[in-house]
Amino acid sequence: MRNIKGKGTTISLRNDSTSALLTELVAHLRQNRTQLREEWARRITESQLLTAMTKEEIFVEATSVYDNYVAVLETGSVEALQAYARDLSERIIPRGVETHEVVGIVLLLRDVLARSLFKKYQSDFALLNRVLDAYEPAANRIANTVAVGFVQERERIIRQQQEAIRELSTPVLQVRERLLILPIIGVIDPQRARQLTEQLLRGIRANRAKVVVIDITGVPAVDATVANHLVQTVDASRLMGATVIVTGLSAEIAQTLVTIGVDLSKMKTIGDLQGGIEEAERLLGYKVILEAGETPPASKRPAV
Amino acid sequence: MSETRVSIHSDADIIAARRMGRELAEGVGFSGSELTIIATAISEIARNIIEYAGNGEIVVRQTQQGTRRGILVIARDRGPGIPDIELAMQDGYSTSKGIGLGLPGSRRLMDEFEVDSTVGKGTTVTMKKWVA
Amino acid sequence: MRVPILKQGHYLIASIQSALTDADLLQLRDDLAEMAGKYRSYGIIVDVTALDVMDSFAVRTLRAIAHILKMRGARTVIVGIQPEVAIAMVQMGLTLGDTFTALDLEEGLELLESGRDRRE
Repeated sequence: MRNIKGKGTTISLRNDSTSALLTELVAHLRQNRTQLREEWARRITESQLLTAMTKEEIFVEATSVYDNYVAVLETGSVEALQAYARDLSERIIPRGVETHEVVGIVLLLRDVLARSLFKKYQSDFALLNRVLDAYEPAANRIANTVAVGFVQERERIIRQQQEAIRELSTPVLQVRERLLILPIIGVIDPQRARQLTEQLLRGIRANRAKVVVIDITGVPAVDATVANHLVQTVDASRLMGATVIVTGLSAEIAQTLVTIGVDLSKMKTIGDLQGGIEEAERLLGYKVILEAGETPPASKRPAV
Repeated sequence: MSETRVSIHSDADIIAARRMGRELAEGVGFSGSELTIIATAISEIARNIIEYAGNGEIVVRQTQQGTRRGILVIARDRGPGIPDIELAMQDGYSTSKGIGLGLPGSRRLMDEFEVDSTVGKGTTVTMKKWVA
Repeated sequence: MRVPILKQGHYLIASIQSALTDADLLQLRDDLAEMAGKYRSYGIIVDVTALDVMDSFAVRTLRAIAHILKMRGARTVIVGIQPEVAIAMVQMGLTLGDTFTALDLEEGLELLESGRDRRE
């Protein structure tokens, strides 16, 4: 039977006497909060960290970090700390605070608190050792958690920015009412493919598009993965009620796709973009929704 | 890392499981469509539990591998077990009502997928998805 | 939770408001079958805009609805499939078969209307 963990992660190595010691030193750190926090803030400024922030801002953040730090020592739960680390990172990263600064200030706090413990227990060396045995693993775990949290938040932001850049570089164009064109240029990796599909589908919803022309003239190579993504994009668009026309499919690429096993009959394909747009307009002009296998009625309605 | 567990007894629990799974996955940083994909995969295996075992449990956990973050979903039951896993993983295979898509469907949605089953003892499905 | 079904002329419109349990979906199927027969509806629209997940059971049931209604002479149009849902469906390999789809209620009604014109 596997050992099922409860919610969150607890810091290991806790037994009764460690618990009692931690409780005692947490009480001490809380009692001396004001003084220790000031000491810490002073050392931060001294080390020239957080130069992007004002003294008041540093004070506010220092208070939060201090309280969270002590709370984690007390409860042993890093969950709250992880949440705070992410929150803090989200706030200070845009202000230009860097990883070494965040790591630096947390280590400074660790040291300031350690010194305070030295001072308090200096008369009893054995007790001091036990206190440090209780404090150090917890303090190091905290430093690690905050650092990792900060780095992950940075990476998340970078990913977001990359996604935004990709989005900008492949606009979904509305050229006529109810008609969208998605010109794809360049290499398509799975991530980009996913993003293109999402953008297109959201575009269909926002523009209430009935016809979409996907032009792949600018795509150098179409392999099985890309072909698969294309087919999925076509299918997903159809689920949203849009007809898809694929243009720019050269004879060679078409051949490759057939060889790979892609069912081209599911897709409307037309040689070039211009032809694709004309076909799209024709479809929209008749205002007739074609059903599978049917051809539009010859003269029922005038073309717009 | 956060974890949530849902007991699966009835079809209402399927909805609960995928809702909680989505919430946890949101915290990891997945995109909108990835969240729906995860919720759908959870829905499939949750229903599988009900259809084949009657009841069971789903655990969803935020997970990490180096700096890679992701979501882990474990579906456990003490049902009859699957005698031929390979067969069950093929599309269209089903032992009960209707064409089941539970296993192959969820596998196509997730990045990692593992089935551990013993006849007479039960089944555990483990699946993972990583943030791109 | 029972899905409200509105009658609009010769059409029925079922607007799903929130996530449905399996039992709710089957109830919807039965309700639509009954009402379509009772009112001799030409067409049904099932609006799934509010569904954030459409799994294999939901898709299966929607196809069953379309099939049953077809036998009663009515067409079914599923409207409002959201982008993320569409992506998940195709990735999983779920299709709606011959069932018609449209972007939203307006498009769905237009689709039903145009089909009806052609029949007349």
